[in-house]
Amino acid sequence: MTTPLLVTKRMVDHPGDSHTIARYESTGGYAQGKRAVGLTRDELVEEIKECGLLGRGGAAFPAGLKWSFLAPARPAYLIVNADESEPGTFKDRQLLERDPHQLIEGIIITAIANEVHHAFVYIRGEYSKSARRVQTAVDEAYAKGYLGSGIFGSDHELEVTVHLGGGAYICGEETALINSLEGLRGEPRLKPPYFPAAKGLYMMPTIVNNVETVSNLPHILAMGAKKYSGLTGSADTGTFMMSLSGHVNRPGNYELAHGITWRELIYDIGGGIRAGKDLKAWIPGGASAPWFVPDQHLDLEITKDATAAAGSMLGSGAVIVMDEDTCMVRAAERIIRFFAHESCGQCTPCREGTTWLEMILRRIEEGQGRAVDLDLAIDVSDGISIGLAWPPKMTTICPLGPSAVSPIMALRDFFRDEVEAHIAKGGCPVKSGGRPPETTGGEEE
Amino acid sequence: MPLLYLAMAEEGHLTNQGMEEVASWCGITPSQVLAVASFYTMYKRERTGQYLVSCCTSISCMLADGDDVLAAVEDESGVPHGETDDEGLLSVEHVECIGACGAAPAVQVNYELIEGVTPAKARELVQWLRTARPRVVNTDEMQELFGGERSFDWGPREERGAVGPYPAFQPLGTVGSEVVD
Repeated sequence: MTTPLLVTKRMVDHPGDSHTIARYESTGGYAQGKRAVGLTRDELVEEIKECGLLGRGGAAFPAGLKWSFLAPARPAYLIVNADESEPGTFKDRQLLERDPHQLIEGIIITAIANEVHHAFVYIRGEYSKSARRVQTAVDEAYAKGYLGSGIFGSDHELEVTVHLGGGAYICGEETALINSLEGLRGEPRLKPPYFPAAKGLYMMPTIVNNVETVSNLPHILAMGAKKYSGLTGSADTGTFMMSLSGHVNRPGNYELAHGITWRELIYDIGGGIRAGKDLKAWIPGGASAPWFVPDQHLDLEITKDATAAAGSMLGSGAVIVMDEDTCMVRAAERIIRFFAHESCGQCTPCREGTTWLEMILRRIEEGQGRAVDLDLAIDVSDGISIGLAWPPKMTTICPLGPSAVSPIMALRDFFRDEVEAHIAKGGCPVKSGGRPPETTGGEEE
Repeated sequence: MPLLYLAMAEEGHLTNQGMEEVASWCGITPSQVLAVASFYTMYKRERTGQYLVSCCTSISCMLADGDDVLAAVEDESGVPHGETDDEGLLSVEHVECIGACGAAPAVQVNYELIEGVTPAKARELVQWLRTARPRVVNTDEMQELFGGERSFDWGPREERGAVGPYPAFQPLGTVGSEVVD
C-alpha cells in the first residue's frame, strides 16, 4: 500500500513555493483553522483522541490525551517544541522551512481546542533559517488576520511568538524547555509536581507538542478522525516521518506508514547500504534508542509496540545506519560524547556517569583499554540506569542520562567480541576506525 | 535570552559589560545572567571571530567522515577547535548534531548551513572567508559554492543571512539583507 503523504505533500507537489501563504491557501490551507473556530473544546479534543495521533517528539504519547490532561486554570499556553536536536533527526527542520503555514494552522487548531491565547514556537538556536521562515509566515498570518485578535472574524485571540534557543539539546525536554523559555538555565524540572499540563510555563497549564504532531492537525481535521485512523491499516495511526542517515544510498526524510519492516526501510526506501557493503547495525529512533542488528531485527515491523517489544523505541524517527566497516566502539563513543556534552549537570548519575563512559570508550578506541573496561562501562551504566534494560529505569530527573547508556547495551549484547579485540590488540581493529576520536570541547566552552 | 543575543550583536561576543547591561534591564544580578549564559553553547563569552565555522562531528556526520572536514578546516585556517585567529576573523569549533544528517557532513558559518561538505570544499570555504570577506553570509550561496547533496529540496534561494557569530533572526535585528553576490 502506498503511503498517502500528509505533512510533506505540499512541499513535494510545489517545491518552489510551498512555504508561502499564497501557495498554502491555494492548496486548501487555513480552511480547517477557520472551521475550528466554530467547534467546541470537547469536539476538538475528542476528534484528536479518537484519531489516535501519537506525539512525534520521541515519547509517542497520545496527543489527544495530552490535551485532555490540561488543567482548567487559565491562561494556558501552547509551546511548539522545535528544539530538534536528537542526533540523526532533521525532519522538523524540513517541516519548519518548507511548510511553516501548516504548523501555524496546527497551532490555531490547538489553541482553539485548549483555550490558549499565546503560543510559543521554541526553535533551536542553530536553525536560524528555519526560524526566519517561520517568523515570515507568522507575520503573513498576522497580516491576514489569522493570528492576533479576532482570528477568522471570531472572538478568539491568539498571539504567536517565535523564540530562538541557545544551543542546548536538553531544552527538547519539555520542562527544561519551559525553564529556558522563562529565561533560565535549561534544567529539567521534577515531575511531579511540575507537569506542564498543570504547572508549566509561568506555573500555568501548558501544552508542549512537537512540530510534526502539530503539523498533522489540519490533515486530521480535514479528513476526520475515522478516516485518519484507518488510513494506513496499522495500529499506529497516520503517517510518520523518518530521518534516514548514515551508510545508506538514499538518506533523507521520508513520510511513511507504520508497519513496514526495517528491511523495507533500509533496502527499498533507503536504497541499501553504500558501495554494496553489509549492514552491521542501525539505531532505530535517534541516538537515545537501543541499537538493532540485522540477524535479529531486520524483519520486524516498524510500529511503536513491535519496537518496544524488541527493546528499543522509534523515538524521534531518526534511523542511523552503520555498515560493516564501522567501528562500534567509535560510534558508541561519539554518541556518549554527545550526552556527556549535553548533560545539564543537575543529577550526579548522568553528569558523572556520561563523562566516565566517554573516557572509558575513548581509551578503548585509542588502544589504552584495559581488560576490565567493558565491565566497568556496564557497571557505570548500571549506576545511571539500574538493570540496563529498556525502557530504562530512572535515577535522574529526566531521561537524558538513562538513554545515554543505549550504546553500552549494544556493545554488551552484540559487539562484546569487537570491544575485546580493541583491548587485546591495543587499538581499533575495524577498517574505518583509523582516526582517533576528537576530544570533548567541554561544556563551559 | 534574546537580550543575550542582542548583547552579542552589539559587541561581537558576550562581554561582562554586556551581561551587566542585560542584568540591569532584567532587574537581576550579573551573576544570575552569567549562570544562564554559561549554560548555553551559543552565547560566546570569549572573543569570537567575524566568522564562526562550526563543523558537525556527531554520529551521522562522523559516519560520513565529518572528522576529516573538521581537520581540513583546522589545518587550512590554522585555528584549532575552540579558538579564534589573531586577526579576529575566524573561529573554529566542532559541534554536536546540527540537523543536517541526510547530507552529512555539515558545516555552519555563523549558523548558516552548508550540507554535503568535503575536506577539499572545506578548505575552499576557509580561503573564501579569508579573501572575499562577505559582510553577509548566506546559506544558499555557501551551499552552491561549497556544498554537495542536501538533506531535502531547500526550495527557492533567499538573499538573507548572518552578519556575525550569532543567529540571523528578524526579531533580533540581526538579519543581513545585502545581496551577497
